[in-house]
Amino acid sequence: MLSGFKFRGGIHPDYFKLTAGSRVRRADLPKEVILPLRQHVGAVCESLIEEGERVKVGQKIADSESPVSSPIHATISGTVAEISVRSTPTGERVRSIRIESDGRDRWLKGKGIDPEKSSREEILAKIRENGIVGLGGAAFPTHVKLNPPEGKRVDTVIINGAECEPYITADHRLMVEESRRIVRGAKIIAKVLGAERVIFAVEDNKPDAVERLRKATSGDFEVLALKTKYPQGDERHLIKAVLNREVPPGGLPFDVGVVVQNVGTAKAICDAVCDGIPLVERVVTVTGDVRKPGNLLVRIGTLFSNLIEQCGGPVGAVRKVISGGPMMGIAQSEDVPVIKGTNCILVFSERRVVEEEEMPCIRCGRCVDVCPMGLMPFMIRALVEKGKFDACSEYDIMSCDECGCCAYVCPAKIPLVQIIKRGKMALASAKEVGR
Amino acid sequence: MKEGTKLVVSPSPHVKDAISVRGIMSAVIVALIPATVSGIYLFGLHALAVIIASILSAVGTEFVALKLMGRKFVMDGSAVLTGLLLALCLPPTVPLWMPIVGAAFGIAIGKCAFGGLGHNIFNPALVGRVFLALSWPALMTRWVTPFDAVSTATPLAKGFGSVPIFDLFVGNVAGCIGETSALAILIGGAFLIAMRYIDWRVPLFYIGTVGFLMLFLGQNSILDASDLDSLVEVGKESLFHMFAGGLFLGAFFMATDYVTTPMTKLGRIIFAVGAGILVVAIRTVGGYPEGVAFSILIMNGFTPLIDRVIKPRVYGTKRGFVGGG
Ligand code: SF4
Ligand code: SF4
Repeated sequence: MLSGFKFRGGIHPDYFKLTAGSRVRRADLPKEVILPLRQHVGAVCESLIEEGERVKVGQKIADSESPVSSPIHATISGTVAEISVRSTPTGERVRSIRIESDGRDRWLKGKGIDPEKSSREEILAKIRENGIVGLGGAAFPTHVKLNPPEGKRVDTVIINGAECEPYITADHRLMVEESRRIVRGAKIIAKVLGAERVIFAVEDNKPDAVERLRKATSGDFEVLALKTKYPQGDERHLIKAVLNREVPPGGLPFDVGVVVQNVGTAKAICDAVCDGIPLVERVVTVTGDVRKPGNLLVRIGTLFSNLIEQCGGPVGAVRKVISGGPMMGIAQSEDVPVIKGTNCILVFSERRVVEEEEMPCIRCGRCVDVCPMGLMPFMIRALVEKGKFDACSEYDIMSCDECGCCAYVCPAKIPLVQIIKRGKMALASAKEVGR
Repeated sequence: MKEGTKLVVSPSPHVKDAISVRGIMSAVIVALIPATVSGIYLFGLHALAVIIASILSAVGTEFVALKLMGRKFVMDGSAVLTGLLLALCLPPTVPLWMPIVGAAFGIAIGKCAFGGLGHNIFNPALVGRVFLALSWPALMTRWVTPFDAVSTATPLAKGFGSVPIFDLFVGNVAGCIGETSALAILIGGAFLIAMRYIDWRVPLFYIGTVGFLMLFLGQNSILDASDLDSLVEVGKESLFHMFAGGLFLGAFFMATDYVTTPMTKLGRIIFAVGAGILVVAIRTVGGYPEGVAFSILIMNGFTPLIDRVIKPRVYGTKRGFVGGG
């Protein structure tokens, strides 16, 4: 089944889905984990434990009173060795708890509830208590996303299995191997939101995932195989491609009656609600220039270096380690831990890191053609470089979702995304001052 | 991640398309090879000398101009392209100093004075050509027949019916070095379209507009056609105006120049239709047989305005145009 709709622009990069056929394997239990006290969009959590304290897997070790926040749980059993400020894969410096393993993997077992017989509030509480956040990368607290403000009605839930970034296959494998739990999670989401329609959206380069989901939904929900195109997995473009609705600038999917949840999040919701399992592990694709690329089920807090070693170590001299995919991922400068939103560790050796000379813009229009938001990146770039930030807003700079399509196609190799980000930051700080 | 490894921390995206400015310029130059070869074949070695002189002058001028401006000279291929294009739209009889002067003028005034690659408003090759035509009109209108080089006039000057349409299509007529063979230009143009280096809309709407309007405004108008024979004549005259002169070279290689034409698809259609109307106006009321160079230069002047007005529709809003982009 096709939706018959599509979103504007976009690109077809080489997909390099090296690990599409690799079963998820459990990573070795790490000797230590580092758990930043913010792994989500929202407030930093307060630590609930002291250095030297003993903890069990699944024990809540940090939380916050703030409405937009999500608690953190211990992901191995052992001793809290240190609480200090450290780098995270998103490039922030955040207070983090380091736990040294006792090697015994002792769990603090939670209890599940029957979603059919439980109220909306009970379910939301379970989701919050178990630290569930969006696993597609953005890491927005799920209980907040499933709780629309007064007056917003959600008629459709889209379960996002697009996974449009090259290399990443974590969601793909999850759809193939855990389709039942994903569908159960989707049912819980629909119940909480009171949505009548649930649509699974997968790109057509994952036919096995589509097939498994169709089987698992047994006709209850629609499963769409969307024509593969980057950045289809971006909420706003997915909503356009599936429902032909557009989220207004500065708005949220709520505003057009939609909530989008990633397939991994749906599975995590099922774990949390039905079995009371907190978010302590997730699937991470470790790929690129490593000897044995794979999809690993990883305890959150495991260091990138550990996982790269478990995948046979790098091939050639490592030049870049990217958290996330090659289009929107963040290049790391040091060893960092996997956090809740980490879906991929991408290793690039010399041959994939080419430094290209920047040339003048030749006004070829490619960036305009591919921008899925309908912006004119070349123009915004010129305005940012001239410091004309007000004019940038006229060209809707704030609508840029930093998907990278423009920079990908630019023959002049202009770092358009970086320049646009700079413009956005300048505008945001100008607003701060003006207030 | 081991000690001692230096990690590159560069902004996303971490992968890029293989396309480059040099690659695009090279492709356009390659696409001009059929027209270049046909010009040399038809008009002899002097045509080759004109081409070489023009290219050398263009590159040399850019080198000197950028040095004087204190900027680094980069061999991006754009000056080679300008030199080649200028030579292809010169008569095969010009003395060698003319391409040298024309290319120097086009690059210095038409390109570098605006700030170099990407900043010029007008197509530098056409700036050079128009400068030569205005300064030395007599030398710019000395035409010869292919192969035997007997003095003659161009088909457009002689008017419809002066040459068979087929000769016009393959290029066996008098004219500028690289403009006579619509076929050779079409081969290169088709390559650029297939490789997605140029937008097919531009040649289609530009040549299409000329052909369409000529159905009504030529010596044989469709409005007066009474029988089949006269309809055929109307069609032939329309084809004549599409194939004759510089329209094909202009439509595939100059009206598609990135720098001097609009950024959006709709903008490019407006540009192409506007240029087509101008060609017809110049040929029918202007009393000047050609008109392609002027039509493109005039539309170049409108490009900034078109780009200000025609914008893509921004996601989630009603602002902008569908087809803008
Ligand atoms: S990064 Fe921004 S400007 Fe560039 S294509 Fe994506 S949305 Fe458009
Ligand atoms: S893609 Fe690059 S060269 Fe082309 S118009 Fe955009 S910024 Fe300019």
